[in-house]
Amino acid sequence: MSALLALVKKELLQLKRDPKLVPLLVLAPVFQLVILGYAATTDITQVELAVCDLDRTPASRRLLDTFTASRSFRLVRSLDSLDEAEALLARGRARLVLTIPAGFGARVAQGSAGTVQVLADGADAASGGIGLAYAVAALQHFSAGQGTRTAVELRPRVLYNPELLSRHYMVPGVLALILMVMTMMLTAMALVKEREVGTMEQLLVTPFAPAQILAGKLIPTTLVAGVQILTALPVALLWFRVPMHGSFLALAVLTVPFLLCTLGLGLLVSTLSRTQQQAMMLSALVFMLPQIYLSGFIFPIQNMPAVFQAVTYLVPLRYYVTILRGVFLKGVGLSVLWRQGATLLLMAVAILTVALLRFRRRLG
Amino acid sequence: MSATPAVVASELTRRFGSFVAVDRVSFQVAAGEIFGFLGSNGAGKTTTIRMLCGLLAPSRGFASVLGLDVARDARALRHRIGYMSQRFSLYSDLTVAENLAFWGAAYGLSGARLEQRIAWALAAAELEDRHRTLVGALPAGFHQRLALVAALLHEPSVVFLDEPTSGVDPDMRRRFWDLIDTLAAAGTTVFVTTHYLDEAERCHRVALMHAGRLLALDTVAALKGKFAAGTVLEIHCEQPARALGVLERVEGVMDAALFGETLHLVLDHPGRGEQVLAHLQGAGFTSVRATPTAATLEEAVIHTIKSLGPREAGALAPGAAPWGEVGP
Repeated sequence: MSALLALVKKELLQLKRDPKLVPLLVLAPVFQLVILGYAATTDITQVELAVCDLDRTPASRRLLDTFTASRSFRLVRSLDSLDEAEALLARGRARLVLTIPAGFGARVAQGSAGTVQVLADGADAASGGIGLAYAVAALQHFSAGQGTRTAVELRPRVLYNPELLSRHYMVPGVLALILMVMTMMLTAMALVKEREVGTMEQLLVTPFAPAQILAGKLIPTTLVAGVQILTALPVALLWFRVPMHGSFLALAVLTVPFLLCTLGLGLLVSTLSRTQQQAMMLSALVFMLPQIYLSGFIFPIQNMPAVFQAVTYLVPLRYYVTILRGVFLKGVGLSVLWRQGATLLLMAVAILTVALLRFRRRLG
Repeated sequence: MSATPAVVASELTRRFGSFVAVDRVSFQVAAGEIFGFLGSNGAGKTTTIRMLCGLLAPSRGFASVLGLDVARDARALRHRIGYMSQRFSLYSDLTVAENLAFWGAAYGLSGARLEQRIAWALAAAELEDRHRTLVGALPAGFHQRLALVAALLHEPSVVFLDEPTSGVDPDMRRRFWDLIDTLAAAGTTVFVTTHYLDEAERCHRVALMHAGRLLALDTVAALKGKFAAGTVLEIHCEQPARALGVLERVEGVMDAALFGETLHLVLDHPGRGEQVLAHLQGAGFTSVRATPTAATLEEAVIHTIKSLGPREAGALAPGAAPWGEVGP
């Protein structure tokens, strides 16, 4: 036990000696939160709209008002002919072009359905698609105002994140990223560094058991990650006002198996790399980026092809993102999320077993 | 010297794939002995030491240190041996005192005993007034001594030193070896690898490794005395460098090397002397004089390698020292 303490103390001393590392470790999480909280938003407002009104009747003007009254659109141009429309979209001046054909007003006055055309910019699939959805909503609104009957009336209510703020589901995800990046990368780099400078061999002739040497690395990295979470959490809750509907205890309990996974992956990376550079590239390119892409953190899993959806089941981050969003936004606890927790625990056991076996074998 | 040997190796072998790094090596080291392991890079010295320290499992054969089997009792052994690896193995970003405290704690030292040993180590390494210096900022000459005393904090009975002085200036090397003498005098067994021949001279016995095999094992005096009288000649002549070129091609010359203004020749038997002189005179050298002399350790080593290590013979040009650096 005192031997383990000596290892942990040594590790923290070394950390303290690196004057650039400490502020980096504390500020990096906050920095990431700010970037993803503000910039990486998928909320789209103010879709650039161009209009080609060939009808010029009170009805067509009412329809236009419906579009421009909502904050969703910003009118950038009024066109006289449809010829200009494509050029406008191509140059990215407008995302959406609404064309109201001549005779629209007459048809509406007769009580029959008017037809309009909406062109959307598919090159920017996200804003094009969302703009189209907004347009449909605006047209529905217009129809309702005309008293035109529709068979089904939709009254949507969004649960858990009523304003559909992407910030609310991005920020908890960032906490997961911080944990993963720090524990995995620090563990891998710290172990490879010992081997690179030659101190690992010296450690191995001491009475330290391999497990102690490993614990001596894993405990300090976990402490550092803990400090980072404690800095990042207030920023998430107080600054970004991410709602925390669940319990911190459930969050803590469900975090343990995820941490074991990332620490195990760090250990695994260290057995696969000879230099710190390799360890960094390997953890970033092979273990972290694919996990981020396939975790549902940014791209919805249900939109992926079946093969990739299957692969996501092997991604620890996937389960932890579900856990975080569940606890923060839905306020659910272990009774709902135990499956994710148990899966992570199984994965942790598998990863750590493989990593330990490889670590042992590299010693001999 | 006590009756039980401190280190025993018996037919010790280590393979890496098809490469045999250490090939059926057997020797014994007595307690309190300074045992030198001599050989060029790649001779198998480090691999042998790593097996003896329990860092590497032998492929075949057996080794024991202090009566403990290195393959099975490695854990128990660790409290009783010290190891200084070839590479610098302290933490550069910790101070001298912090390093010593850490490595002491690694061996289970604590409290007054740890403090007492740290004080000893600082004194032995002459670093008392630098204990708060970061190790990375120490002059290079101190690194080796600090690494040595760090490996001695737990007062091991046997220390393994793998090329402890490579890259250190002569004065620091001499002081390092003074420390080794003190240790051995106090009863510690010192197992040291080197490729400096002057360091080998300070060992009680020297084992000569070449291409994984143990070629010779004896005292330095006995190794030098292996040559029959008259087989080592000192040649005085004009243009010794040109003479060297001539002599290297003469039959029966095992080794020829420049020694200041003279040449040293090692012959395969004493009767060759006349023949060699005749050859030089035939090549136009007029004032040639030959006197029998004692072999240097270098000659003894080269001769041994050439006569016993035929596998690598082609790689050793006559007169070229097989070592990267040869001590003064």
